[in-house]
Amino acid sequence: MKTNDALMSSHMPFSAMAASGTSGMPEPVRRHKRSDLSAMGEPQSWIMGAALVLGLTMIVGFLGYIITIGALTFWPKPIETVTLADGKIIAGEVFRSDTYKPPAELLASRTAEVRAKVEQDLGYANRTLYRVGNFDLYGEDFVWVPDFDSKSVTYDKDLFYIERQEWGPFIGRITQLDMAGVQTANPSQEELQKASDAARKRKAEIFRLDGVEIAGINHELDKLRLKERRAVLTYGAGSKEAADVAAEVARESDELRAKYAVFEAEVTKLRQEDERFTVTLETVDKQTKTLPVSNLVRFYQANNLTTADKWSIYGSRWAEFVTAQPREANTEGGVVPAIVGTLTMMVLLSLAVAPFGVITALYLREYAQQGYLVSFIRICVNNLAGVPSIVYGVFGLGFFCYILGGSIDQLFYPERLPSPTFGTGGVLWASLTLALLTVPVVIVSTEEALSAVPRSMREGSLACGASKWQTIWRIVLPRAAPGIMTGLILAMARGAGEVAPLMIVGVVKLAPELPIDFTAPFVHFERSFMHLGFHIYDVGFQSRNSEAGRPMVLVTTLVLILLVLCLNAFAIYVRNRLKKAYNVGAF
Amino acid sequence: MAATADDFGPTVYHVREGGRGVNFRVQDFSLWYGASRALWNNNLDIQSGLCTALIGPSGCGKSTLLRSMNRMNDLIDNLRTEGQMLLEDEPIFGATVDVIALRKRMGMVFQKPNPFPMSIFENVIYPLRVDGVNNRKLLTEVCEAALKGAALWDEVKNRLKDSALGLSGGQQQRLCIARAIAGNPEVLLMDEPCSALDPIATAKIEELINELKGRYTIVIVTHNLQQATRVADNTCFMYLGRLIEYGDTKAMFDKPRVQRTADYLSGRFG
Repeated sequence: MKTNDALMSSHMPFSAMAASGTSGMPEPVRRHKRSDLSAMGEPQSWIMGAALVLGLTMIVGFLGYIITIGALTFWPKPIETVTLADGKIIAGEVFRSDTYKPPAELLASRTAEVRAKVEQDLGYANRTLYRVGNFDLYGEDFVWVPDFDSKSVTYDKDLFYIERQEWGPFIGRITQLDMAGVQTANPSQEELQKASDAARKRKAEIFRLDGVEIAGINHELDKLRLKERRAVLTYGAGSKEAADVAAEVARESDELRAKYAVFEAEVTKLRQEDERFTVTLETVDKQTKTLPVSNLVRFYQANNLTTADKWSIYGSRWAEFVTAQPREANTEGGVVPAIVGTLTMMVLLSLAVAPFGVITALYLREYAQQGYLVSFIRICVNNLAGVPSIVYGVFGLGFFCYILGGSIDQLFYPERLPSPTFGTGGVLWASLTLALLTVPVVIVSTEEALSAVPRSMREGSLACGASKWQTIWRIVLPRAAPGIMTGLILAMARGAGEVAPLMIVGVVKLAPELPIDFTAPFVHFERSFMHLGFHIYDVGFQSRNSEAGRPMVLVTTLVLILLVLCLNAFAIYVRNRLKKAYNVGAF
Repeated sequence: MAATADDFGPTVYHVREGGRGVNFRVQDFSLWYGASRALWNNNLDIQSGLCTALIGPSGCGKSTLLRSMNRMNDLIDNLRTEGQMLLEDEPIFGATVDVIALRKRMGMVFQKPNPFPMSIFENVIYPLRVDGVNNRKLLTEVCEAALKGAALWDEVKNRLKDSALGLSGGQQQRLCIARAIAGNPEVLLMDEPCSALDPIATAKIEELINELKGRYTIVIVTHNLQQATRVADNTCFMYLGRLIEYGDTKAMFDKPRVQRTADYLSGRFG
């Protein structure tokens, strides 16, 4: 201890020296006891946190709404049988309920008691929207029932919810099953199921003959017609060659027509056979309707289901949604054509936009003399993102469809004119239009990725005697690949969400054929196609029944989001592989 | 303190006579970055098979001179040169010069190790890859020879397929040397090759330079005067873009002939 003291006195601390006045410096003034709030950055971090919470709430809330409603749409709901005050009976699924102000005329026709009650509630009353179905009998799918009109509600176990090929759902009882003359009154679920399975087989056979065999013959006939027309165009009308071809075509057409007649007779026979199997349905207010068994898609006693039954119905509805063709002006059935159309378009879009954007960015960043012109081009590219997408659609229609497609038709498909092949909207033109729309994103992100490649890498490569192009190809592009992929992911997400330009360059409400199928050449670039985004618009706003379409809108949105998610997940997987391969930390 | 050309006398030369002759000449070379002049009429004959060190305070132009030798400065905008350099009496500057072929004759090692994000094997044979050589046997032989030449073979021979970025800093720099010699150049240019390395890695690189000279003509830029005495046969002292003194390393360090050199070497400025 003693030595320590000695040391301390010999090494006098600075403050002690200052105090003793040996250095002549004034005592330093401490202005702050502690750092103030703004210096520590506390309020700023609170604001940032709040902004994050706000953003997350919006995202989670939006996705949560879509996922909840979308996931619940296919869940079988119970059927309520409501006896109204005036003695009428209706049965239906509860769709939603709200509070409203009943109009005076309506209240005037109700009892004083009801009026007093409504008055007491400041003129407001609750009402419920029932999906009553039976559009063919009632002329409407939905009925609003004010609470004061509903006298009693029961849940009848024998009520069926029946999905049909036509006219939307039917809610009521099944009173009779007629199996080609063998009649059963009040058939059980099992008997109906058996009849329905048999009907489905007949339906499948009819579809095979009608949709595959007869359609194939039609396709062949069309090809022959085009062959004849091509011969006329090549050799001139009335020439010997054209006459030869015409004779050959006539002979082959006759053969095909004979085959056609056989198939057609078979189909007619099957159709007549099918019509002998019928069910008779009865609504709660005793109206009846008889229809072929094959018209039933799905039927269940809504108030008599176990949880397992409900899950199986839920599953089968989802399965139908993602594997079947649409029915009923797209408001029912599946969305397969839209899924296939969207996927095809996205793949073509990526194939077009990636090389296009990367090459442009490469030239701008690596080869072009950096100056006012390049800066100007860069500003233009960035501003392209601000052009309304419908303008791209108009441009696509004018340039791709009419000019480019029209020229292709003139050159390669003259025999089909005046009906256009490429000269109208199609999946190729739609993809190219969207590629144009999304290429700025790819250019900007590729330029950033290129400029992030360290100078030392380029110098190392050049010093090894590599040319500029070899350096770009072997060193710069691989290093920039993850960044380029990021741009591609953004472009794909943007392209997937666009609807407006597609409406004028090839998307249709109902496409007769898919852009990808099993007839050569398998990918049909010229075909118009269905798209999930347009499907949403169509079902939500253009269908007979927008109320019935509303849940379908959300389900379709859910499918579209999942599709984009899958594509992005794949792209991110590729990007991570690239990152690993090139050990890039950035992006 | 703006220095004018008059402040500096002519370059004092006292390199050893004889040897294997001269294979790289700098003739009256000047260089401008835009409006500012970086090199002033440099004249330098680099002796074949020896190691020549360029020393001088920061900003004296030694890196600029070195990077002009294989025209790496071409990457810089607004650059202007005058004078000429000759490699084996062939010009380096001029419109008709094939820069790519020229760089193949000169390997370069940079201040910071810059291995490519590929395997060790691919890194070493990169100069051959860009030449379009795909003969597996030849590539393997060159890779082994280059790695042995760079004293790295024993450390990496079992992991040639691994990423080069997993190597230590010193190993990465030796890999870059292997890459530089894999193309079988005549001259090796080294731009402060040890400044980013620890003393042990530095010692290994210096040892390697001593082994490599004789086979290659080496030009090395260094801030480390001791390093210059350890590896260089000739040393060139530069100041503000001028060559002040160029001579035999030992003679120059023992008895510099210019006062400014003496001041720099004794640590009075720089």
